[in-house]
Amino acid sequence: MTVDILIGWLQQAIRFAAFIMLASLGELLIEKSGSLNLGTPGTMCVGAAAGFISVFYYCNSTEDPNAAIIILLALGVSFVAATFMGVLFGFFTISLRINQNVVGLVMTMFGCGLAEFLSVYFIKSESGNVRCQEAYDVLTAKIPFLSDKLGYVSDILFSYGFMVYATIALIVGMMIFLYRTRAGLNLRAVGENPGTADAAGINVTGYKYAAACVGSGLIGMAGIFCVMEFKSGAWATADVPAIEAFGWLAVALVIFALWKPINLLWGAVVFGVCYWAESYLPQMGIVISTDIVQMLPYVITILVLIVVNLRKNKENQGPASLGLPYFREER
Amino acid sequence: MSNQMTKKREPLFHIVRRDNMPMLAAWGYRIGAFVLALLLNAVFVWCMVRVDPITFYSTMWEGAFGSESYIWATLKAAAKLLCIAVALSPAFKMRFWNIGAEGQVLIGGMAAAFVMYHYTALPTVVLFLVMIIASIIAGGIWGFLPAFFKAKMNANETLFTLMMNYIAMNVVDYFYDKWRGFRSALGILNQNTKIGWFASIWKDNDTDGLMTNEDFWFIVVILVIMTLMFFYLKLTKQGYEISVVGESHNMARYAGISVNKVILRTMILSGAICGFCGFLVVSSQSHTISSGLASGYGFTAIIVAWLSKFNTFTMAGVSLLIVALEKGSALMANTYGMRGFSSSAADVMVGAMLLLIIGSEFFINYKLMFRKKDKEVQAA
Repeated sequence: MTVDILIGWLQQAIRFAAFIMLASLGELLIEKSGSLNLGTPGTMCVGAAAGFISVFYYCNSTEDPNAAIIILLALGVSFVAATFMGVLFGFFTISLRINQNVVGLVMTMFGCGLAEFLSVYFIKSESGNVRCQEAYDVLTAKIPFLSDKLGYVSDILFSYGFMVYATIALIVGMMIFLYRTRAGLNLRAVGENPGTADAAGINVTGYKYAAACVGSGLIGMAGIFCVMEFKSGAWATADVPAIEAFGWLAVALVIFALWKPINLLWGAVVFGVCYWAESYLPQMGIVISTDIVQMLPYVITILVLIVVNLRKNKENQGPASLGLPYFREER
Repeated sequence: MSNQMTKKREPLFHIVRRDNMPMLAAWGYRIGAFVLALLLNAVFVWCMVRVDPITFYSTMWEGAFGSESYIWATLKAAAKLLCIAVALSPAFKMRFWNIGAEGQVLIGGMAAAFVMYHYTALPTVVLFLVMIIASIIAGGIWGFLPAFFKAKMNANETLFTLMMNYIAMNVVDYFYDKWRGFRSALGILNQNTKIGWFASIWKDNDTDGLMTNEDFWFIVVILVIMTLMFFYLKLTKQGYEISVVGESHNMARYAGISVNKVILRTMILSGAICGFCGFLVVSSQSHTISSGLASGYGFTAIIVAWLSKFNTFTMAGVSLLIVALEKGSALMANTYGMRGFSSSAADVMVGAMLLLIIGSEFFINYKLMFRKKDKEVQAA
């Protein structure tokens, strides 16, 4: 019995981890370029709302929705909508040189409001839930054979939608990009010391913009991913604050992972286990306040922040110019 | 190769820092951005729900200031936002990014509610003293921790304070669930006895009037804090030290100021006022505790404080503006909800307005120098 409960817990944790991981991956890319984007929650909400609304309209307008179009719409629209948020963030922080924290917080406020407004406006159902079954089926399609024939291995490793594996592939891709390519090296140089990077002929503004746009796009895709995999394809305007909270968790996860993509993989699962403790601990007869367990990710993140600074090991610290503005004329 | 280099055209413009724009011109830019935002919002509303600008803004005005009860609601909310912004101002003046106001208010409110819930036997005066001290200490600790690690080992304060918010929220949730027991919600604390309420101070002479209005005293106390903070930052030695540390840590050290001491003292102060704000809200407004106590104003206040350039009186105006937009949108949503207008439009409109106003800061601090015509370059 306990084994089944543990497996169920782990499955839910991984399902939770996957979209947090994707959002963190986007934020990590942005932070590697030296921008601290506190607009992550807003970007995620906008991506979720835009992606869901487009799929919802498409599914309701045709008799026989096409799977490829659903995937394209859901991921494409959320990516583009979130990239728009990234461009705004980039324009204000990079071109207009406004403080990143302030712009990020305004973007979060703006994005969450926009997501709620759009969902009420287009779905015309302020309180009621709507669900998009077709999109859910398509976007959480499981891998045939592997997902049901291998016993516990199937349950633990292959019982998730294909996007979970796509996210893992993206993380591997990001590692190769950051640590094995010239462009990745340049990006990290911009985040560490934009002045030196500029002197070496790297286009600082270009890299910062590109990171903000692509990173925001990934965060937006995490939004629609959350609606599909985690909320089972159901959408309610009241869910927006929950997505916002996940966005903040994603910001925390970047620190927890010490700004290394590989650590996102297991870090997100740890967060997921804490998040689901509420449902699974009582089943196992363990009585502990779930509020305290849900606090753990944040407490651990703070401890990580302290330990990293205590050890003074440059390898494990965030990009040196994180959160600092860069003006070529003011050095 | 070198030939190619010289042929490369000069960029269309480059950016130069302005030394000092006259105050009047700077306000011109800000007001221009504000008016532009009003126009944009009117266009947005017209496109979405077909409400013409005049109806739109008169409904907004009505929702914020249309009746006595609306005015009270607006003033109360604006005072809460103002109080948090004022609490943040010394930290921001020091360039310490305290993103943790939400958590500091919550933990202060939690401490006050804890005293209110458990020590009902204390005499009124003692009870209030204990509540105030507890909330100040709780908020102060929430401010002290990030400051300590910033001062000792340069831990990133933005991320640290951000995490502290969620720890405070979970602490509040813990007590909320514990006190709630098997009920669906916690409800109002000390509903019948009114112990720990502002109202309990004057419960014997039960007359209607301003002097026995909890909301009135809530606003008055916050206005006093605002005034004190203004003079603290402008006139005292400590306020001066804050601004020196904000300019440059090295300059402060050279002037013989202990940077770490100033960081710790200022953040404890900032956290303590946030905690005190939590007490005020619990004791005079909500009379209960929940993780929604600060209603997200802990984050909005950051923008208010930054926009107001640490001038607490400007903060009062900005807070009132933001809250008025919120309350106006609520009435718009009531009236035009059928057309799909929801009160969350407030966040969109406030967000767009804030982006435009902070965008205007660029034109106040910098100017664009356009490329001169080729002829002039040759002549020069």
